[in-house]
Amino acid sequence: MGKNLTMLQAITEALDQMLGHDDRVMILGEDIGVNGGVFRSTEGLYEKYGKDRVVDTPLAESGIIGSAIGLALNGMLPIVEIQFLAFIYPGFEQLVSHAARMRYRTRGQFGVPLVIRTPYGAGIRGPELHSESVETFFAHTPGLKVVAPSNPYDAKGLLISALEDPDPVIFLEPTKLYRAFKEEVPDEMYRIPIGQAKVVQEGSDLTIFAWGAMLREALNAVKKIEAEKGWKCEVVDLRTLYPLDRDTIVQSIKKTGRALIVHEAHKTAGLGSEIISIINDEALIYLKAPIKRVTGFDVPVPPFTIEDHYLPTVDRVKQGIVETISF
Amino acid sequence: MPPSVPIATQMVHAVGTAWASKLKGEKNISIAYFGDGATSEGDFHEALNFAGVYKTPTIFFCQNNGYAISVPFEKQSASKTISQRAAAYDIHGVRVDGNDIFAVWLTVKEAVERALKGEGPTLIEAITFRYGAHTTADNPNIYRDQDEISTFWRENRDPITRLRKYLNKEGYWNEEQEELVIKQFNELIDAHLQRAEGYPKSDPLEMFNHVYAKESWHLKEQKQELNQILRKGGKK
Repeated sequence: MGKNLTMLQAITEALDQMLGHDDRVMILGEDIGVNGGVFRSTEGLYEKYGKDRVVDTPLAESGIIGSAIGLALNGMLPIVEIQFLAFIYPGFEQLVSHAARMRYRTRGQFGVPLVIRTPYGAGIRGPELHSESVETFFAHTPGLKVVAPSNPYDAKGLLISALEDPDPVIFLEPTKLYRAFKEEVPDEMYRIPIGQAKVVQEGSDLTIFAWGAMLREALNAVKKIEAEKGWKCEVVDLRTLYPLDRDTIVQSIKKTGRALIVHEAHKTAGLGSEIISIINDEALIYLKAPIKRVTGFDVPVPPFTIEDHYLPTVDRVKQGIVETISF
Repeated sequence: MPPSVPIATQMVHAVGTAWASKLKGEKNISIAYFGDGATSEGDFHEALNFAGVYKTPTIFFCQNNGYAISVPFEKQSASKTISQRAAAYDIHGVRVDGNDIFAVWLTVKEAVERALKGEGPTLIEAITFRYGAHTTADNPNIYRDQDEISTFWRENRDPITRLRKYLNKEGYWNEEQEELVIKQFNELIDAHLQRAEGYPKSDPLEMFNHVYAKESWHLKEQKQELNQILRKGGKK
């Protein structure tokens, strides 16, 4: 049994079910209580679970993340909403110096089972710092896990897995996809394992690795290319950015021998580099062509009038496919 | 919680742990210790603010020894005292002679009672003094009149001296007892020191443990990598 839900609704449902399932769960963030969240992702939860479990916090990200760490240390299961990814910056120290390190520092005596949910990525015509995709900062921090669903079904399953994970998880919610489309989401609580990618479309000529809002650009490009050139591309949704699903990545390369990576994040030191390194380590001899990255540029996400030129477009992805296959 | 390097960040943790105690209905409080320098950090303010908003059973205990390494408190803040900043967050603040053991004990006891009654957090500013250098790398003569100030505090405000005088006068203590106790504690310290120095050297491979509850594939492989290197070097 299921319902057709948007990603936002799937997230709300996951939060609702987790709050109902376990008394230790609580959610904190700015405007998430009475207001139901600036994107309405927590709509109805305050009325249902009360002010002690659905908490409107002061405007203080370090305080929010830091007290969530304290709550997690003392037996609660907090889910923090940070209003936009870049607003993690004021709380970055709490995240990397403490949330990520507490287990290591205490040699396993204490852990921080914390989830930080945050709208992520561009394409929403936001002002500065509302369109970040700096997932690399978190993937580069030992002790954190990073997850980015691309659809409602994965969003619910991954969020539940994130909550059940004993370690801190950064849950990146592609803002552009919040209400973009609906799909069937099962009513019951289910889990999608963290660290597991998904082959969303099989192919033999080239593999595209993508995640988040870029999945749709990848799939559109692949469809157009098949119609225009007859090439069949495999599309892999990574879903988890740390730890990356190496086995799925390698298996796909062994099958197609060509790859393209599509990500919104800046090119330099973006996760594309990491994926290419993994392929280099494990499957270099299977490559028929160098791997291309179609990414955001090494610039702060520009103002909304030219934002679309920063982001990977279907045309840029198509071009990347053509150049790689024609190599 | 174990000590860590970042300053003032533990104050927000003490808000969170106390908040959890309150939510669970437990009769527990949380206490965070910090110095005068920490009161300039953002987390000091965020912690006091949150503690006030959620009325958490948290005690914020500031050991004000007058210096953050070389920076005297007058340069740290325009506020004359640290305790007065509690008023900014509408929480209870109190300033106490940090070298008076009874005053400190009483002040903290009151703060605990206040917290357990559900009346919220307390900021305690305990005035004390740092006799020596901040660390072995520090030379306090550069930034203060070390001998003059230290001598003054040692002669007039030393906490142990004061307690000894009081206990002697009341007949609870004497010189023989003190000599015996000093001897016993020296032996205990020596024994513990010996034991600590006798701990086996750390296994370098230990660095891969406890990053996550369950090891990621990266860590498994990197551990193997270092293991190979160590084996080749003949050391393990």
